[in-house]
Amino acid sequence: MSKDFLRQLPRASHAFQSRQHILNRLHIDGWLLLLLLMLCAVGLTVLYSASDQSMATVQRQATRIGIALVVMFVVAQISPYHYRRWSPWLYGVGVLMLIGVLVMGVGAKGAQRWLAIPGLPRFQPSEIMKVAVPMALAGYFADRYLPPRLKHVGVGLLFVMIPTLLIAKQPDLGTSLLICASGLFVLLFAGIQWRLIFGFAALVSSCLPLFWMFLMKGYQKQRVMTFLNPESDLHGSGWNIIQSKIAIGSGGLEGKGWLQGTQSHLDFLPESHTDFIIAVFAEEFGFLGVLGLLVLYLLVVTRCFFIAVRADDTYGRLLAGSLTLTFFFYFFVNIGMVTGLLPVVGLPLPLISYGGTSIVTLFVGFGLLMSIQTHKKVLPR
Amino acid sequence: MKNRDFKDPIRETRIFTFRAILFWIVVVMLVCVLAGRIFYLQVMQHEHYAAASDNNRVLLQPIVPNRGLIYDTNGKLLANNRASQSLNLILERVEDVEQTLVLLQDLLPISEGDLERFAKRSKQRRRPHEPVMLRSRLSEQEIAILAVNSHRLPGVSVEAQLVRHYPFTKSAAHVLGYVGRINERELKRIDPVNYSGTQSVGKLGVEKFYEAQLHGLVGFQRVEVTARGRVLRVLERDDPVPGADITLYLDSELQGVAEQALGDRRGAVVAIDTQTGGIITLVSQPSFDPNLFVTGIDTKSYASLRDSLDLPLFNRALRGQYPPGSTVKPFVALGGLEYGHINWAHTIRDPGWYQLTEGGRFYRDWKKWGHGKVDLQLAIAQSCDTYFYELAHHMNVDDLHDFLWQFGFGQRISLDVSEAVRGILPSTSWKKAKTGQPWYTGDSLNVGIGQGYMLATPLQLATATAVLANRGRWLQPRMLKQIRGDKSYIDALPSTEEIAAVPENVTLKREADWEKMIDAMESVVHGRRGTAQGIGRDVSYRIAGKTGTAQVVGIKQDEEYDVEKVKERNQDHGLFVAFAPADDPRIAIAVIVENGGGGSTSAAPVARKVMDAYLLPKLAAAKAEVARSE
Repeated sequence: MSKDFLRQLPRASHAFQSRQHILNRLHIDGWLLLLLLMLCAVGLTVLYSASDQSMATVQRQATRIGIALVVMFVVAQISPYHYRRWSPWLYGVGVLMLIGVLVMGVGAKGAQRWLAIPGLPRFQPSEIMKVAVPMALAGYFADRYLPPRLKHVGVGLLFVMIPTLLIAKQPDLGTSLLICASGLFVLLFAGIQWRLIFGFAALVSSCLPLFWMFLMKGYQKQRVMTFLNPESDLHGSGWNIIQSKIAIGSGGLEGKGWLQGTQSHLDFLPESHTDFIIAVFAEEFGFLGVLGLLVLYLLVVTRCFFIAVRADDTYGRLLAGSLTLTFFFYFFVNIGMVTGLLPVVGLPLPLISYGGTSIVTLFVGFGLLMSIQTHKKVLPR
Repeated sequence: MKNRDFKDPIRETRIFTFRAILFWIVVVMLVCVLAGRIFYLQVMQHEHYAAASDNNRVLLQPIVPNRGLIYDTNGKLLANNRASQSLNLILERVEDVEQTLVLLQDLLPISEGDLERFAKRSKQRRRPHEPVMLRSRLSEQEIAILAVNSHRLPGVSVEAQLVRHYPFTKSAAHVLGYVGRINERELKRIDPVNYSGTQSVGKLGVEKFYEAQLHGLVGFQRVEVTARGRVLRVLERDDPVPGADITLYLDSELQGVAEQALGDRRGAVVAIDTQTGGIITLVSQPSFDPNLFVTGIDTKSYASLRDSLDLPLFNRALRGQYPPGSTVKPFVALGGLEYGHINWAHTIRDPGWYQLTEGGRFYRDWKKWGHGKVDLQLAIAQSCDTYFYELAHHMNVDDLHDFLWQFGFGQRISLDVSEAVRGILPSTSWKKAKTGQPWYTGDSLNVGIGQGYMLATPLQLATATAVLANRGRWLQPRMLKQIRGDKSYIDALPSTEEIAAVPENVTLKREADWEKMIDAMESVVHGRRGTAQGIGRDVSYRIAGKTGTAQVVGIKQDEEYDVEKVKERNQDHGLFVAFAPADDPRIAIAVIVENGGGGSTSAAPVARKVMDAYLLPKLAAAKAEVARSE
């Protein structure tokens, strides 16, 4: 009896360890993958409703998610060591391409965001910068004495501001904010002194009027004005926010039911399957549904924080931390905007909104996190 | 100091872990803020937003009632509703309005007026995605052209609606009036609920007078709509009550006969059924096409109608105030008899003029050398002016006023003809009020032959003739014969309109004077020396009539009247009033031909044609009836 027990226990324990080991050997973080798949499943469900039950749209989005998962898997196979070596080059190429966009980019509706290089599919270089900026900054600060000195903070800020301004010039306010935030998050994690943080915040807020006067385009100012007083423009940009609030509010506690949302199905809600998809979700699934979704997002963020804290080295920690907060920033700004807490900036809801490039970029980020989690030289404690 | 140059991994890790935990707490707090915000919207403000969502989704739409049809006395359609396809733009969906308009102008004719009204309508308040009309009455071919080009024309749509149509076009325009787009002034008067979907309202004539009956009651439906205004389903419906169909006394065939008889001369014909008071013919020439006004007339067409020297928009039959000329003589004579100034044996010697005082002004007879010895019968038959100068000289003008008043002169006595005017029946007080001058005997002389201050409309002349034909019995002239659904036409009369009371019947001291006067009027047509003997030949029934000639320009003393010299517009108006058959009247008629010269040659033949057309079939039928019963 006891002999059997002794014989079996190590084997059982071994089996358990080897299953862990399989995911680890594949460089996949099981928890993160599970949460991401759940979010994507929710996304496809809402998309089916928001696109007026267009199976073709859902299939296109599912295909993109499939591709993105493959990309994530590939990214996760490579050790952070290599990313650290490549990051300056990636950053440099990215900045060059951003300049290229401004010089010879293509686009629509007065914004140049796309770069068409012969032989390659059209793409937005700003997507590359979403990962290149945190990678480059993490690499820069990992080599420096931390907490960073003022000189290094200045250099870091320069690295952030170059792509931010180039993208703002396209103009793509949402993405430029996102990239700026991802860079600043690296600085925060690197241990920049609190007095610098608050001083900088004071400086930025005092510069806001200049920003307003010289950098922002007419439609961007309009958005801010509309945010401050949506009723001022009932049929223009204020319409979107008013209709999304009506959609969310009319959902109530339990929602109108899947496919039953009147605001989106009767076309009152604009951009219902892209930026404003959360309003469709809230209308159909109610407050309980939204609460569930927020918990899912919070779990993803928590798992990412866990990965960041447990990372091997400073580079991994800084990159993981920045990617985590950027992901949070992404969905916080989107939901805040749709619920009327924040001005309307063109940011989709990560993993849920319909859209091509951004979902691949997101999964590249998660791939990097998984790479950090699964390529540890030091044995776990 | 030196050791700060070396990295301190332990410290780095500690700072990072501390900040990661701190930021995680911040993240949790911010997620709670989001959750709180959504809780506020979804739970605390739920009722407000649920109502807003229903307001978005559910739209209360008016359903326009179909306008009542108008028939003539024989059941022929005078006004109906036709489906009309109109071209609309939904401005929210049109990318470039200017460019779209240019493109549309290349494809199909769009007038300046259309563009003008489109610009005006685009500025008015409307729901988002509500279509704005650009052009109406698209032809099949134009609809096809639009369909083929629809891919180039986002936001352009073709919609059907019912539009008033007048099949007789010009013929009944002055009777029916027309409907047109509701203007600002009418907007204040109409009930905004009942007219919430209606685009047009009766502007004139029968269409205006019976607006309340013809319009009907609006219905409503609650529909679920998309943001673009497309109706998905009807949630609830309250059907409209269509407008009542009405039948007029008007006889469209007779109307046509009268028009043809007038030809292209300016003038008016009013015929009244003496047994009912129904207006069976009401012609005012020239006329216009009322269909032009229904969906809005363009400025150019309107200007050409408005500025035409012939005044096609002017309703001569109701609003044309003419000197009645000699047609008033039978009534003046009856007044003279009533007040005892003359009797049937009273005779004068007519030298061709009348003078108030020795050596004073000459009041000329139309017959230069005079009629010689004339009694009342002959004075009517030959229209002797001198006889009536003398009568008017001796008769008190206010007595004459009171007597003529009984026949409807100087009054609006019609039942449902709102545009009719009063004309002028002068009296001493009227002249005092109007000119501040006293009444002169010379004024009386002019009134005695229907000139001077006196003015009457063709409708008034026909009405007075009908009263005479009925030996003093009054029947108010009226348009409406029947209204569907309503038991009495009295109920159909709009309460808002001022309706004249039925005048009292005219009674004479000597009843026989009616017949004697009618005999005298018969001799006008059938007598050997009657002024209208030209129409008295080959007629199977007896006509009682009176010719008249109204001066347009005053002729100076001692000036010869020469038709050739006077320009056409300065020629006399020809008038004729009549009724027939004389002993059992069925029809009373008044004809005026502007600048037509003498009434006997211009107006009387028109009346004869109308009476023939009206009476001959009726008399033939009556004869056949008698033959069958025997």
